[in-house]
Amino acid sequence: MSESDVTPEGVRGARPGREAVTGRAAGRRRRGGRGERPVVPEAEFSTYYGMPVLNPPRWEALDIAGYLYLGGLAGASSLLAAGAHLTARRRLALVAKSSATGAVSLSLVALIHDLGRPERFLNMLRVFKPTSPMNVGSWLLAGYAPLTMAALLSDVSGRYRPAGAAATAGAAVLGPLVTTYTAVLLADTAVPSWHDGYRQLPFAFAGSGAAAAAGVGLLAAPVAETAPACKLASLGAGLELGSTQVMKRRIVLTSEPFEQGHAGTLMRASKALTVGGTLLAVCAGRRSRVAASVAGAALLAGSAMLRFGVFRAGVASAEDPKYTVVPQRARLKKQRNKPSAATS
Amino acid sequence: MTEQGPPQPGADHPPRMGFFTDTSVCIGCKACEVACKEWNAVPADGLELTGMSYDNSRRLSSDTWRHVAFIEQRKPLGGQEPGVSHDNVDIFRAAAGLGVTIASPGPGATAPAPADALPGAPAGETSPLAPDGRTELRWLMSSDVCKHCTHAACLDVCPTGSLFRTEFGTVVVQEDICNGCGYCIPACPYGVIDQRPDDGRAWKCTLCYDRLGVGAEPACAKACPTDSIQFGPLEQLRERAASRVAQLHSAGVLDARLYGEDPQDGVGGDGAFFLLLDEPEVYGLPPDPVVTTRDLPSMWRYAAAAAVTLTAGVAVSFLGRSHR
Repeated sequence: MSESDVTPEGVRGARPGREAVTGRAAGRRRRGGRGERPVVPEAEFSTYYGMPVLNPPRWEALDIAGYLYLGGLAGASSLLAAGAHLTARRRLALVAKSSATGAVSLSLVALIHDLGRPERFLNMLRVFKPTSPMNVGSWLLAGYAPLTMAALLSDVSGRYRPAGAAATAGAAVLGPLVTTYTAVLLADTAVPSWHDGYRQLPFAFAGSGAAAAAGVGLLAAPVAETAPACKLASLGAGLELGSTQVMKRRIVLTSEPFEQGHAGTLMRASKALTVGGTLLAVCAGRRSRVAASVAGAALLAGSAMLRFGVFRAGVASAEDPKYTVVPQRARLKKQRNKPSAATS
Repeated sequence: MTEQGPPQPGADHPPRMGFFTDTSVCIGCKACEVACKEWNAVPADGLELTGMSYDNSRRLSSDTWRHVAFIEQRKPLGGQEPGVSHDNVDIFRAAAGLGVTIASPGPGATAPAPADALPGAPAGETSPLAPDGRTELRWLMSSDVCKHCTHAACLDVCPTGSLFRTEFGTVVVQEDICNGCGYCIPACPYGVIDQRPDDGRAWKCTLCYDRLGVGAEPACAKACPTDSIQFGPLEQLRERAASRVAQLHSAGVLDARLYGEDPQDGVGGDGAFFLLLDEPEVYGLPPDPVVTTRDLPSMWRYAAAAAVTLTAGVAVSFLGRSHR
C-alpha cells in the first residue's frame, strides 16, 4: 500500500508500527483543502482503517462523464432542431440536427468504449428492464439515435421531407428523456452524493443540456437566427444554477464533495463559464459573430464541466467512508427516536 | 421498484439458503478466503502487505469473495478475566493428573483460586489494565462476504440480465452474459461486487452455486474450522443466530448483535448475515444500507418532470416576438 520515504527531514509516510494505537479513531485525516470551510462540523464515526465502505464506480471519467454531457447536448439539440424546423430557421435547424447526430454518435462510442466487454454491447438489449436505468437508456438511445440521423440526412439531402419532419419530431420527443435519464443513471446507485441529489440532478442536467444546445446554436448558426438560442441559454443556465443551488441547500453533508477538491474546481469553473456565456449571449449574441461564438463555446465548456464535476464529486463521496457512515448513522438515530417511523 | 425478492419455498423451489457468520468464534485463520479462491478458481490479486493488521486482502473485490477483517480495540471481551494469573500453576503436575482422576482435565483444572487474583483485577469482572500495566485489547475478526440481499441493487440495475436470482434465493452473475458495464459496482450498498480489470466483467461470491446444486455446502463454510461460517436454510440460521445472541448476552458479551438478519431493513434482509461484536462500520459495513432502487419510481418521476420542463423551456424560447 503506502510506502515510506527517507528524506533529509527524516522518514516520511512511515506506518506507526509498534506504537500504533488501537481502537476507535475519530474519522479520517482531512485532506488539505485550500481554505475551504466544512459545511457541517466533523462528526465522530468509526471506519475500518479509514477504508471506503463502497466500491467506487470503475467508469472512466472521460467516457462516462463525456457520455452524460454528449447525451445532454444531443437531447436538447433535438428540441432546438424541432423548434427551428417549425419556425423555418433553416440554418439553426441544420446546426442543431448536426449537433444532435454528432453528439449522440460520439456518446454511443464513449458508452461502448467504457464497457469491459465492448463486443457484448448488444447484450444491453437482450432484456427490457425498467429497474435498470442503463437498460432503459440503451433502449432509448436505440430508438433516438436513428431518428436524429434520419432527420439530419433528410435535411442535408433535401429528400423525403415529410419523413424528415417526422424524424425531427420523434427525436424531439425522445430527446428530453435522453437528456434527463442520465441523472437517474447516476442517482440509482449507492454513491451518496449522486443518490441524495436524485430530485435536483435531472433538472440540473436538463438546464445544462439546454445551455449546451444553445451554445452550439450560437457557435455555428448565423447571428440572424440565434434569438431562440440566446433565450434558451438564459433559461437553461437559470434552471441549472437554480437546481444545483437547491441541491446544496437540501442535502447537507453529501453536497460537500461538490464543493471540494477537483470536483469543486470543476463545478466553480462550470458556473463561471455558464454565467459568463449566458450574459455574453444575451447582451451581444444577436449582434456580433465573435461574441456569439465565444458565448457558445463558453456554454458548451460550462455544460461539460458540470458533468465532469458531478461525476468526480460522486466518486469522491464513494471513496470517503464519512459520506456513507455518517448519514446512515443519523438515519438510524432518527428512526430510533421515532419508533412509529421505523418501518419507513 | 425493486425486483421480486427471492422465491418462496414451495414444491418447485428449495428453501432460501444463506450464511450465518458468527464472528464471535472467528479465529482469523483465513481458511475461508483460501477455500473460496481454490474452489472458484479466483485469480490471485497480488501479494501485498498492508501493514495495518493481519488483513492483507483489505476488502471484498472481484478477486476476493471472502475477506477476513482484523480489528484491534482497547477493550476487553465480555467474560474475560484479564487479572487472573497462572503463575503459580505447575502445568506438569496438572498434566500428570490427566485421565487419572475423573475431575481432570475438567474446567478449572489449572485456574487459580479467586483469592489469588491481584488487586484491581477481580476475577469475574473485566479490567482495562492487566496486572503488568499493559492495556487490555480485544481482537475482532470477521469473515465478510456478499450479502445476497433480498432486494439486491446489483441485480436490479444490471442492464443485461446477467445478474439473476437462483432457486436458492442467492444472487449470481452469469459471466457469459456480463458485458462489463460496471453499473452493479456503485449500486451495491456494501461494496461487494467489483470489476476484474484485465477481464472487464463483474465478479462476486456465487454462494458456490455449483456446489449447492449437488447438495454440497459452500467451500468457505466447509473449510471453516470453528463453524464461524454456518451454511443452511435461512430460516434455521435466523433461529440459531437469535439463540446464539441470547447465549452471548447471558455470558456477559453484551456487544453481541446481529447484522443483516432483519427482513424489515433497507435491503429486505440479507441472505448472508452476521453476528458482530461492535458497530457494523467498525468492520467496514454500512450501518443502515438501503437498496438504491427503492427510490427509483420517484427518480423516474423527477426525470420526467425535468424532461417536460426542458421541452417547455425550448418552446418558450421560440415564442414571442423576435426578429428571427
